[in-house]
Amino acid sequence: MMKDMIPGFELIQPASIEGALNLLEEYGENGWALAGGMDSLGWFKNRGKRPEAVIDLEGLDALKGIDETADGIEIGALTTLTEIELNPLIRERFWLLAEAASKVASPQIRNAGTLGGNLCQDTRCWYYRYGVSCYRAGGNTCYAAAPEALNREHAIFGASRCVAVSPSDTATALVALDAEMVVRNSSGERVIKAENFFMEPAVDIMRMTVLDPEDLLIKVRIPNTWTGADFYFEKVSDRGSWDFPLVSVALAIKSTGDRIDDARIVCGAVQCIPRRLQNVEAMIRGQGRDEDTAVQAGAMAIQGAKALNYNHFKIPLMENLVKRAVRG
Amino acid sequence: MPELLGKDFTPPDIRGKVTGAAKYAEDFRMDGLLYCRLLTSPMPHARVLNIDLSKALGMEGVVDILTADEVPEQPGAAANILTNEPHFVGEPILAVAAVDETIAQNAIEAIKLEFEPLPFCVDPLESLRPGGPNAYLEGNTVVPRQGVQEFKWTAEDFQAAGEGELPMGEPTAEWSYGDLEAGFSEAVFTLDETFVTASNSHHSMEPRTALAYWENGKCHVRGSTQSQSFVVPGLANYIGIEPENVVYVAEYCGGGFGSKGSAYPTMAIPAHMSRKTGRPVLMRISRAEEYFLGSARPGFQGRIKMGFREDGRISAVDLYIVQESGSNGGGGDMGAAASSVSIVYTPLAMRYRGISVLTNTPPRGAQRGPGQNQIAMAVEPLLDKAARQLGIDLVAIRRINAPTNDSRYGANRQPVTSAHLRDALDIGAEQFAWQERRARSGQRDGSKIRAVAVGQAFHSAGSSGYDGLVRITPDGILHIHSGVGNLGTYSYASTSRVAAEVLKYDWDNCEIARGDSSLGLPWNLGQFGSNTSFTMTRTNYAAAMDTLSKLKEIAAMEFGGSAEDYDISGESVFNRSNPSRRMSYARAAQRAIELGGAYSGHTVPDDINPMTARAVAGLVDTGLIGVARDNMGQTGMVPALAAGFIEIELDVETGKVEILDYLGVADCGTVNHPQGLATQIKGGAVMGFGMACTERLIYDNVWGLPGSVGFYQAKPPSYLDVPSEMGWAAVNIADPQNPVGSKGIGEPLMGCSAAALLCAISEALGGHYFNRTPVVIDMIVNAHSGQPQSHTPLQVNTQ
Repeated sequence: MMKDMIPGFELIQPASIEGALNLLEEYGENGWALAGGMDSLGWFKNRGKRPEAVIDLEGLDALKGIDETADGIEIGALTTLTEIELNPLIRERFWLLAEAASKVASPQIRNAGTLGGNLCQDTRCWYYRYGVSCYRAGGNTCYAAAPEALNREHAIFGASRCVAVSPSDTATALVALDAEMVVRNSSGERVIKAENFFMEPAVDIMRMTVLDPEDLLIKVRIPNTWTGADFYFEKVSDRGSWDFPLVSVALAIKSTGDRIDDARIVCGAVQCIPRRLQNVEAMIRGQGRDEDTAVQAGAMAIQGAKALNYNHFKIPLMENLVKRAVRG
Repeated sequence: MPELLGKDFTPPDIRGKVTGAAKYAEDFRMDGLLYCRLLTSPMPHARVLNIDLSKALGMEGVVDILTADEVPEQPGAAANILTNEPHFVGEPILAVAAVDETIAQNAIEAIKLEFEPLPFCVDPLESLRPGGPNAYLEGNTVVPRQGVQEFKWTAEDFQAAGEGELPMGEPTAEWSYGDLEAGFSEAVFTLDETFVTASNSHHSMEPRTALAYWENGKCHVRGSTQSQSFVVPGLANYIGIEPENVVYVAEYCGGGFGSKGSAYPTMAIPAHMSRKTGRPVLMRISRAEEYFLGSARPGFQGRIKMGFREDGRISAVDLYIVQESGSNGGGGDMGAAASSVSIVYTPLAMRYRGISVLTNTPPRGAQRGPGQNQIAMAVEPLLDKAARQLGIDLVAIRRINAPTNDSRYGANRQPVTSAHLRDALDIGAEQFAWQERRARSGQRDGSKIRAVAVGQAFHSAGSSGYDGLVRITPDGILHIHSGVGNLGTYSYASTSRVAAEVLKYDWDNCEIARGDSSLGLPWNLGQFGSNTSFTMTRTNYAAAMDTLSKLKEIAAMEFGGSAEDYDISGESVFNRSNPSRRMSYARAAQRAIELGGAYSGHTVPDDINPMTARAVAGLVDTGLIGVARDNMGQTGMVPALAAGFIEIELDVETGKVEILDYLGVADCGTVNHPQGLATQIKGGAVMGFGMACTERLIYDNVWGLPGSVGFYQAKPPSYLDVPSEMGWAAVNIADPQNPVGSKGIGEPLMGCSAAALLCAISEALGGHYFNRTPVVIDMIVNAHSGQPQSHTPLQVNTQ
């Protein structure tokens, strides 16, 4: 039930990453790392999440900004989506990410919303957001998979008790770019491939990423592997602004002449994680980048897709988007 | 030539809106203010068995709790103030007042409620089935003067309908005219189509916040309403006091679109709470609550049979509508839809049948073009289907069926004041380069198909018999007292300018008194039904004419002769044969005070409304009072008619529709305020695009839970979904029954754009008609890829 009134909590504003990590460890499940707040405040307002302490990361300048490294770039997790959209280096080398960032929500939300927040945001399944006691909320059923449920936004792949999908636009682009997530906690740092960062419900139904409560996403590294590649990004949503994808596609592709050398292709909003289409990648490698290949790619992309009541349309839509991406 | 009318001006409230100085209901603060929050129903239908307030009342900062037993009960199926038998998720059960909102919400969480869940229904047709669920314990439909009754169709009724066809059991409303059988036998082409138009929310940008306090026996309320004077009696009733004891302030309103036309029950909660606590109370309504309390357009499950002659003329229409009426019985949409068909297409014979069915979803009420706009979305694409079949141009089939000044309206075959839809079509076709654009309609470029189409809509747009009140003070200023609310169209200002025009005033010397009943405001009709431009130009004209007579009489008393010998210019009244005998308005106002009687408000006409009489009583001896009821008479219905022309590009691979260009054309009589009209045409178009394609109001069939309780879920169109430039035009032919030629127009401007967009989508898909709104991406993708739709033809709550 919608409450629309943020409850009281302890607001802590650490001045260093170490301080933040210590707080996350101290509070554990009762702590909440706050970045731009675009997802968090909705949860708080609805009283759907009631952390004891909110650890506001806003003061951590070390988590902001875009840096060139020896073999790529690093983007601080608190960098805003607008900065990513407009950054010349990203636009030049990794246009795919800039384009994906530019399709997130609305200008106001992109000004406040961060890359880390966009990657770590919770799913938008309306039943779950409404506050029902579903599997993901710790209950014992999935409302969205019920026979008469209203589930046009939901998964056509990888359902496992939960049928929610990943809502992130930047996630698909980063998986396509073979990015790495740098995650730190008070015990140390680990680096996780973007495609291993997101959590399938079959593994843990109550989390969208591999992050534990004491973990903090510090930065995202994009290697130069795909610099100079062709990119394609398309997001289909009901509205042109302030909307989540019904299906999205992100493609990085390298060709010699007309022949495809290599590609990474990822679809969003069809599964609980960004869905990398490795079978399609393998199939198109060595093929000409033409209509025939595009049609085959589209057809292969949807193999195994399973529709719910109201999301049959996602299957041809995904097929079309993959086709368009490969077609270029 | 008028000096003011027909020209743009800067309405006086714009500065406040632009700078942020404007105070909306929730911007007010007072000493000792309490904040009120609502405990609302988590269930679609339930009975409250027990309420335990003990813990909540003991919390620090909690001042009091108001329950349903302490507020006036609303009879029958109605939106309630508070209730112990909620009929939809989100219906208020009780209210908590505390020193801040967080404490109030915390207290709500501490209240223990025991519910008995009751049967519920979110699909009208299901409710009509034998043994189907009822929204109320008493039944499922509202019968006039009998209240809620159970009404079921028979199993045979359902069996008689073909696959995907609307069953048509016994209706609760019915009318007809002409020889229906002859009409259909005359037809060379007959359509029989079942359709669904989904319900959609009003999305008022300003949620319906209210503040109230009591002072010397009067209740002062700051509210958010489209209307000003019209709200007062209803509000007084909800509070349980006489209208003269309400002081109502609503200077600004952040959108209502029909949902704030009259008083609504929850706006009385702060008044009741304030009476109980003796302190001022503010109740802010949240966005989610606005989706529960803010009303919605009734959905239709309908069926229409239309017979066409070879030339495209519609010989007969047989219309059946099942109206989804929410928890309160909804509005008169289905009847309005039927009447709309009778005037937009002027069928030679017509029958209408309808039934309104209660559901356990939020209250339904008028939304911009209630009924008329749903039916425009359903019927206009079918008109194209017929035109395609008969080989007739899309504009031509509309022209041949369009109303004229001699056309008749609705069940009672009422005359109309003026109807120029044909001119609107002609102007639009010319300005939009219809023939040229049509030549490229259907052309495909890659996955994108271009389409050009036209849509039409109607609303009755004017009334009469209300009061006007103006006042000239001894400083020469003309005070135009307007009971018109500030709903965002600036009609309070544009209609006020009629008084200034009649009295040949410099607009800089005029002030509009509005937005606060203590200023002395006349009884005016509410700002709904596109009526204001017609109705309140007449009231202001009447008051100005009374003022003019009094000015002349005062001058005649001063200078001799009779009133007829006098004329006005330059804010003074003068003797025509001897212009040196001239008296300024300022001086005349002073004389009016000295003369007393009717001149300065000591006496008023017998036929004015008591509210107007009270307003005058508060203004006695402040100047020359002009006050009159609009007794100009009115024969027939005032039609507002509109046509929309559109060009789109539809991507068949993604289902995305891009609107390339749009032109709206209005038949609104003489254009009084061009900029205001342009804004209405474009704003109406944006709302129409949303209703046609993006918006959603859905309820889970099993749990009765709402799936659209925020902007991002309910999806009104965003700035990237509409063209940045849109065109507008007007027929600009005076209505003979309005002293300045005006008719209203606001509502059909939404319906015609929605219809045009839907027609264009069907055109792009080579004549694929969905018979359902909204047409969302899913449906386009499914249609193009040749797979069945996810929904069955009559299903509701699908997108």
